[in-house]
Amino acid sequence: MGLDFTVIPKYLDIVLLGGLWTIGITVAAALLSFFGGILFAVIALYAPAMIRWPFKVVEFVFMGTPLLLQLFLIYFGLVQIGVDLPAFVAGVIGLGLHFAVYNSELIQTAILSVDKGQMEAARTVGLSRSQALRKVVVPQAVRAVIPPIGNNMIALLKDSALVSVIGVSELTLSAQRAIGATYRPFEFYLLAAAFYYVINLCMEWVQRRIERRISLSR
Amino acid sequence: MDTDLMLRVYPFFLEAALVTIQLSVLTALLGLTMGALGAAARLSRFGVLRFIGAAYVSVFRGTPALIQLFILYFGGPQVGIQLEAFEAGVIGLGVNVGAYMTETIRGAIISIDKGQREAARTLGLSQFQGFYKVTLPQAARLMVRPLGVNLNMLIKSTALVAAISVVELTYTAQRYIGSTYKPFEMFLLAGILYIIIIYTTGRAVAWLDRRVQIT
Repeated sequence: MGLDFTVIPKYLDIVLLGGLWTIGITVAAALLSFFGGILFAVIALYAPAMIRWPFKVVEFVFMGTPLLLQLFLIYFGLVQIGVDLPAFVAGVIGLGLHFAVYNSELIQTAILSVDKGQMEAARTVGLSRSQALRKVVVPQAVRAVIPPIGNNMIALLKDSALVSVIGVSELTLSAQRAIGATYRPFEFYLLAAAFYYVINLCMEWVQRRIERRISLSR
Repeated sequence: MDTDLMLRVYPFFLEAALVTIQLSVLTALLGLTMGALGAAARLSRFGVLRFIGAAYVSVFRGTPALIQLFILYFGGPQVGIQLEAFEAGVIGLGVNVGAYMTETIRGAIISIDKGQREAARTLGLSQFQGFYKVTLPQAARLMVRPLGVNLNMLIKSTALVAAISVVELTYTAQRYIGSTYKPFEMFLLAGILYIIIIYTTGRAVAWLDRRVQIT
């Protein structure tokens, strides 16, 4: 059959639009996973045992099973209990929760490594425990884990390809649409890979800049 | 929860779990081979090999494994590569995880102090002997734990071959979710099996890691 890249221009706009959706879903899921990660870390460390233990079981299950399986559970499970979310929202929730668990692991370690004197000092100047956590301990911990969280976000971009399986029209599914019309899988998957690679390079560049700024301000 | 249904379908999940284990073992072997070759290329004296190694790592870590799998399986026939879904799964995932393992192996090797190599040369060992008898044994100890992390990731990424219709755990779960409309029960069945596989592997890696430590 051979290769023929001249078919690409006609379908370029579909694939580009898919690329925009991929960026959108990555940003939305990244935000969810960042703030979710902080929340999960605080729950895992400070919540009463009755909440903490069931929570840790859920975390264990999320870390021990594939994302694709979790996406099926969320997408079809929500329909079963009568919540009919658009595929995009289900995809963001699935990706966001999955990476929130990984971020939470990082943030927990960081919170524990913030010097105890910080909490004591904050309490001494009259802050409540939750204020001290929110305004003193957590901000310091989060700063320390921004580089590894960046790695998770780059992994999130690549895993966002999985939401094509539940029908979100992002980059991968858009490439599949173009393939459906042209029967040229090699060309369009390669095009999609090129887009992912470029977005990936941009994210790595931003990550390096942020890391440099953090190391300068220390 | 529909336990009757779960009891009725669990043998299919067990069978599928065996496929997942087969996939994981074969992929891990290919990944380790690619990782060793990749690390050798990246540490080579020859600029061309270093470039090839770096390009391999950058491209395969910089694009989604799912897309790589699709290019190989659906795009392969266009360039004369016709593979069964299972074969495409092993090769696609193995080459992908090999890029991650390249960095793990390279990282362990370059973290061994240069003085070790120099001392070996001083004692009359050739450069080759110095690497095999002095640097590599020390680096191998450092590799066990991070390679275990790669292995954990690999086992979970075998789920991707569900998208090219290999009947493994995730594909089986997906199919039964579609035919029974019981997503939670099917997730539970597949999830328990995944956790058993991943937990056992993790313990084995931890045991090996303890065995190889000198201290």
